[in-house]
Amino acid sequence: MPLFWLLVILLAMAAGGYVLGRARAIRSAGGDSRKLHSLPVYYGSNVALKVFVPAFLVILLWLLIQPVYVASVVSGMLPDGAIPDNSSRGLVMAEVRRAADGLDNAVAAGLMTENQARNARADFQDVTQRLRDAGQIVTSDVTQPVLRSAQRLRVMESTGSMIMAGVAILLALGGLAWGLRDSQLDFRARNVVERGVMVLLIAAASIAIFTTIGIVFSLVFNTYEFFTLYRWQDFFFGTNWAPSFSGRGGSSDLGVVPLLWGTFYISIVALSVAVPVGLFSAIYLSEYATSRLRSVAKPLLEILAGIPTIVYGLFALLTVGPLLMRVFGDEGLGWMQAGTAVMTAGLVMGIMLIPFVSSLSDDIINAVPQAMRDGSYGLGATKSETIRQVVLPAALPGIVGAILLAASRAIGETMIVVLGAGAAARLDLNPFEAMTTVTAKIVSQLTGDADFASPEALVAFALGMTLFVLTLGLNVFALYIVRKYREQYD
Amino acid sequence: MSDASLQSPSAAPARKGSLHRQDERTRKRNAAEARFRGYGIAAIAVGVFFLVVLAFSIIRSGVPAFTHTVLDVEITLTQQQFDEAEAQLFKTKAYAGYFNATLTAELERRGISVPFDEAAIERLAGKVGGTLREFYRANPDQLGQPVTFELPASSRVDGYFNGRVSRDTLQESRFLMLADLDLVDALSEAGIIHGTFNWNFITGADSGVDNPGGAGIGASVVGSFFMMLVVLFLSLPIGVAASIYLEEFAPQNRFTDLIEVNISNLAAVPSIVFGILGLAVFIQFAHLPQSAPLVGGLVLTLMTLPTIIISTRASLKAVPPSIRDAALGVGASKMQAVFHHVLPLAMPGILTGTIIGLAQALGETAPLLLIGMVGFVARGYPDGFIAGFTEPNSAMPAQIYTWAARADASFYDKAWGGIIILLIFLLTMNIIAIILRRRFERRW
Repeated sequence: MPLFWLLVILLAMAAGGYVLGRARAIRSAGGDSRKLHSLPVYYGSNVALKVFVPAFLVILLWLLIQPVYVASVVSGMLPDGAIPDNSSRGLVMAEVRRAADGLDNAVAAGLMTENQARNARADFQDVTQRLRDAGQIVTSDVTQPVLRSAQRLRVMESTGSMIMAGVAILLALGGLAWGLRDSQLDFRARNVVERGVMVLLIAAASIAIFTTIGIVFSLVFNTYEFFTLYRWQDFFFGTNWAPSFSGRGGSSDLGVVPLLWGTFYISIVALSVAVPVGLFSAIYLSEYATSRLRSVAKPLLEILAGIPTIVYGLFALLTVGPLLMRVFGDEGLGWMQAGTAVMTAGLVMGIMLIPFVSSLSDDIINAVPQAMRDGSYGLGATKSETIRQVVLPAALPGIVGAILLAASRAIGETMIVVLGAGAAARLDLNPFEAMTTVTAKIVSQLTGDADFASPEALVAFALGMTLFVLTLGLNVFALYIVRKYREQYD
Repeated sequence: MSDASLQSPSAAPARKGSLHRQDERTRKRNAAEARFRGYGIAAIAVGVFFLVVLAFSIIRSGVPAFTHTVLDVEITLTQQQFDEAEAQLFKTKAYAGYFNATLTAELERRGISVPFDEAAIERLAGKVGGTLREFYRANPDQLGQPVTFELPASSRVDGYFNGRVSRDTLQESRFLMLADLDLVDALSEAGIIHGTFNWNFITGADSGVDNPGGAGIGASVVGSFFMMLVVLFLSLPIGVAASIYLEEFAPQNRFTDLIEVNISNLAAVPSIVFGILGLAVFIQFAHLPQSAPLVGGLVLTLMTLPTIIISTRASLKAVPPSIRDAALGVGASKMQAVFHHVLPLAMPGILTGTIIGLAQALGETAPLLLIGMVGFVARGYPDGFIAGFTEPNSAMPAQIYTWAARADASFYDKAWGGIIILLIFLLTMNIIAIILRRRFERRW
């Protein structure tokens, strides 16, 4: 892994620069570090920063830009004739990439020399056969243009990373020279280093922005591509979800309505478990419980929040589902056909959300000032009357906010519904039917060997976009309600 | 006021009887009070009840994964028998014949007689002939000496012992016949079949769909470990740097607001959306290797960053301003005050938050499925340290999901067992976090 070694080299150079810079600064002060403007550490750090940071940034940028550039050049090389009718340039490029990987692996396994892999005039039949012998290419025949492009891709990528390593090391050397030249008696090393560190801190804080941008772009681009292949009206208003498994067929029905219905139905069941239980436990813990009970019960409930969702998923599939089947299934009331159903997933998701509702509501109830309770007691109200008529109305906006946050969590929950809710998309009112949700379908459309250019895979991005907008909207709305109706008690 | 005092004698109905006797209305109000209290207790009881049921079903269903059933048979094979077997056309069949003869003799010695044939043995213990032949071909020096073979029994025999398969519900198939259970009972009475601790489950890798007995979680533990390394070494420095900037240096402006809004929104974005991000950016766009712990670690880093930033900011905020003022007063720069004084004092809180963030990341499944870290790629251990980051592997929760999604019910035990291991890791991490907090946290 040459990138790894490149980074090791850069780090070693930075460490060396640190030692040299520090020594040089002390020497310029005649060995008396008190004469320096800054502490010796800063002279060393100055050099180390100048060696490492610019080179590292160049590597990052290079790694981002090179694949795009190489892909555009190579895909420009493909003649139009090389693209079959039922395919697209993107698919052929994927094949090119596979062929290039195959060549790489064949070279790594010693079945081909580097020269054979590179030589564009190599006997084409021979190369294909060798690749197949190496067990590399399993899809279709490698055609001449594809092989040519693959070879070109490999050459460009390897020269690209060579140049990158060269540029990075040159930059590091330049930084070393610059830093060392500056390491003099009266150089304000601390100020320079602190400014550099500040820039790094700002960069770290900006990662949050870049993550959001990354999410939005990856969703928007792929969703746009999906809507060029599939009518958006059919997606948003279609009431049938039936993707064809052959892929690339126009016969898929990809309507989002049944998925949204399943999502909402399961969330409603979950909330109708979590809200009463969570709210009443929060009320009891903050108003009635002795501090000893509180110190036991609160952590116990919060354990429920720390359990990974896969555990809940398995619990739904293997414990709750069969249990419900025994009561509502064919042997009992006969309402339920299989263990995976809206009820199963909703119930388990409700358990997961209990601590979420209870700890948020607990904080909010505790924030209601004691004077309001005392006033109510003074008028002769009992404790429960005080809670119902004074505390809860005062805490209501916060509690509504907490419930909305819980709802957004329920909508975005994946593993419980993947395992517990079933796979059939259905518009139905019976809570004992299997239904499916947006998140479950994202998982099922994107796992496996999906072809990223087909509408069946791209629909997952449109579903992700729907999910993202929904949860974001709920969160923003929750915060808005909390802010708008928050009573000022000070 | 005078009106009130004038009217009071006639307005208030005269109270009949003692104050100790409650009237109708007071009784109602007190009953409502008791009911309300009851709802609260019931709600907490329901919550704790769910927790107990969850814990109970995890332990009850998960423990069988740690044991498996084996056949202990002592065989002595002479050189002559070995040569004879090797000379035959169906070599493994000959070995199976020796095995069956030994088993029959053993049962007869204990006075148990039960009819069985080679097919029954194959259903119970797999292809014993092949195992024997392999062993003796590899260790010819063991010929003529008694060797004890510990042969893993099939997963259905496992199921018979832990109650998943019973005589009433058994469907006769090529995997297990009803008559086989008589043999199993007899062998178990003779002490030949018994349960032992299943080391393979802890150290092994995932097996094929048709071999639940051989499945282990070891390889995906390693995958999770490499992922957590990536998360730790990226999210701790980045999270701390971002929190220091926001808490100590950031001016009040639009840019700071933008960062704050983004962080609080990212904390509420569903984890699967991070999976989509990872798929689109790291795999589709940057062409990082699919199913690699490196990519999983990057995705989980982005996911846990908001959590770590929020908890780090809280612990930075908890350091009193007098510390900063004192440092500035003796001539430290602002940066020195933060890095030399505030940060070390906030470190226990930061580490606690980081460990809790890591624990959250360790249990996350959905984003990993999208970047291809599904269970069946965890077929073995990585070749080296660097390869551990880039070679396809799985992670514990994804492995559990893969087992849970398989059709064979024998994998369910494995999934529960995997959950016990996952929870042990999470518990350890949380206990470390609690100890850190108890031991180093300062109250100002």
